[in-house]
Amino acid sequence: MKVLGIESASMVASIAMVEEGNLIAEYTVNHKKTHSQTLLPMIDEIVRMTEANLDEIDGIAISAGPGSFTGLRIGSATAKGLGLALNKPLLHIPTLDAMAWQLWGSDGLICPIMDARRGQVYGGAYDCSSEELPKAVIPADALDLNAFLAKVQQVVLDEATPWKRVVFLGDGVPVGKAVIEQSLTCPYCFAPAHVNRQRAAAVAALGEIYLEKGWTEAAEEHSPDYFRMSQAERERKEKEARTNGNA
Amino acid sequence: MMEEKQTKDVFILAIESSCDETAAAVVKNGREVLSNVISSQIDLHTLYGGVVPEIASRKHVEKINQVIQAALDEAGMTLDDMTAIGVTYGPGLVGALLVGVSAAKAIAYAKKLPLVGVHHIEGHVCANFIAHPDLEPPFLCLIVSGGHTHLVMMEDYGEFSIIGKTRDDAAGEAFDKVARAVGLGYPGGPKVDKEAKLGNPNAIAFPRAHVEGAPYDFSFSGLKSATLNYINHAAMMGQEINRPDLVASFQNAVVDALVSRAVAAAKEYGVDKVVMAGGVAANSALRAKLSEECEKNGLKSYYPSPILCTDNAAMIGAAAYYEYCKGVRSGWDLNAVPNLKLGER
Repeated sequence: MKVLGIESASMVASIAMVEEGNLIAEYTVNHKKTHSQTLLPMIDEIVRMTEANLDEIDGIAISAGPGSFTGLRIGSATAKGLGLALNKPLLHIPTLDAMAWQLWGSDGLICPIMDARRGQVYGGAYDCSSEELPKAVIPADALDLNAFLAKVQQVVLDEATPWKRVVFLGDGVPVGKAVIEQSLTCPYCFAPAHVNRQRAAAVAALGEIYLEKGWTEAAEEHSPDYFRMSQAERERKEKEARTNGNA
Repeated sequence: MMEEKQTKDVFILAIESSCDETAAAVVKNGREVLSNVISSQIDLHTLYGGVVPEIASRKHVEKINQVIQAALDEAGMTLDDMTAIGVTYGPGLVGALLVGVSAAKAIAYAKKLPLVGVHHIEGHVCANFIAHPDLEPPFLCLIVSGGHTHLVMMEDYGEFSIIGKTRDDAAGEAFDKVARAVGLGYPGGPKVDKEAKLGNPNAIAFPRAHVEGAPYDFSFSGLKSATLNYINHAAMMGQEINRPDLVASFQNAVVDALVSRAVAAAKEYGVDKVVMAGGVAANSALRAKLSEECEKNGLKSYYPSPILCTDNAAMIGAAAYYEYCKGVRSGWDLNAVPNLKLGER
């Protein structure tokens, strides 16, 4: 089976093609140019370089969030457009799952953290020691870095824990490094450059597994997982809650 | 640019998502609408008293494929029947525009179809080509919407020169602000239009601003302030305002400013056709006044049906057709340009 992977949840724009368990091509750019300008030219480059015919792909794996709202939407609308035009299903891959999957086989607790601004991270903790799928130990969420680190610490310091250390990755690392160093007492380390951001290869690799399991999503049904309401919606709900509370 | 001879029919799938309507249409040869699907989010934004960009963008992603598929189905066609894909790439809300632009690029790429990026306002002007099959440039065009108030000469298809524009608020913006101030709510334009029918347009003498040295420019902030001051003053004095009279008088002042300049410009530039476009072109008083004044001055007036005045993709298909025929093609790096200027590429 052949899967095109699209990753645009953060500053990284990445496209990959995976076929029968092999990575055929990957194009990753971690630069400030907007995804709307880069994503499709990158797909075109990969298609030309690998002499691929998009009609032959079996599915489109999309990094579905959390992440930058705009970045997610560019990837999502691109995947949906491709799905519609090619009549192919999408594979809805949680962004943090795909990040963690890059450290497949590790005996550490894999903690991808993405900068979510306002002192928060999108973070989760994964067991990637099995060959099946990444397994969430702490489910993905948007939360204060300190609150997240407390959960991680609790898991690793548990007597029955199988994890000897924590492996951090993601663009939340440069922002939160000082806090991590201050607050964690358990062993930890930071992933190296080739696996410390999002990569579409991991999205496409998980996509192929999803496809085999039949975990597909119709292109028209797809929407990103934002993990947060819009500011206007949040403020309206807060106001409603206050009004109801006073009543 | 070389004109390509069109020997075959040209079918354009057009996509529009610049504000709060997700829209797609199939247009044949720039003039014949085979389908025109609009998914409006108006109820969603009414909760907030105006369009919330993030909510609009999220809704666009949810709806985009259904809307495109419905446009194809209603036209009885598939993507394989299309000649090109047209899409609005500006001006508008950047997050909203990006959804349509990204989807359009992906579809065009996957189906190996040419992609044509369209200026939203150029689309509004081209709505008239659909409404009036015999209309040809040159003509004078009054573009009035929530974000724009322009007087432009359309010399030829896709060739504009701006001869006047607003110095501050757009006409539609003034409508929205006044509607909010008198408690009519959002969207202001249609609500003011309806309420004004019950009032006397000459009850209150609001100012008609002239911009010194620029006879065709507009200014609506003075009128807006005068209207808001009138409301505040009445409130302070404990007087009840006659809302129908107030909005009718406000609307009359806007209509006066728009129509008088359009007619004067048409005469000076020596064209006999005045065309109106944009959301505010659906205003009944403005349509009546433009017809009346044009008739008095020996000019022909044109405006699209109300459905083609609102944001829609059929008009984008019409505009894309003329750009396509001129040889305009957008690259796979086409980006959304939220403040795209008229006549810019």
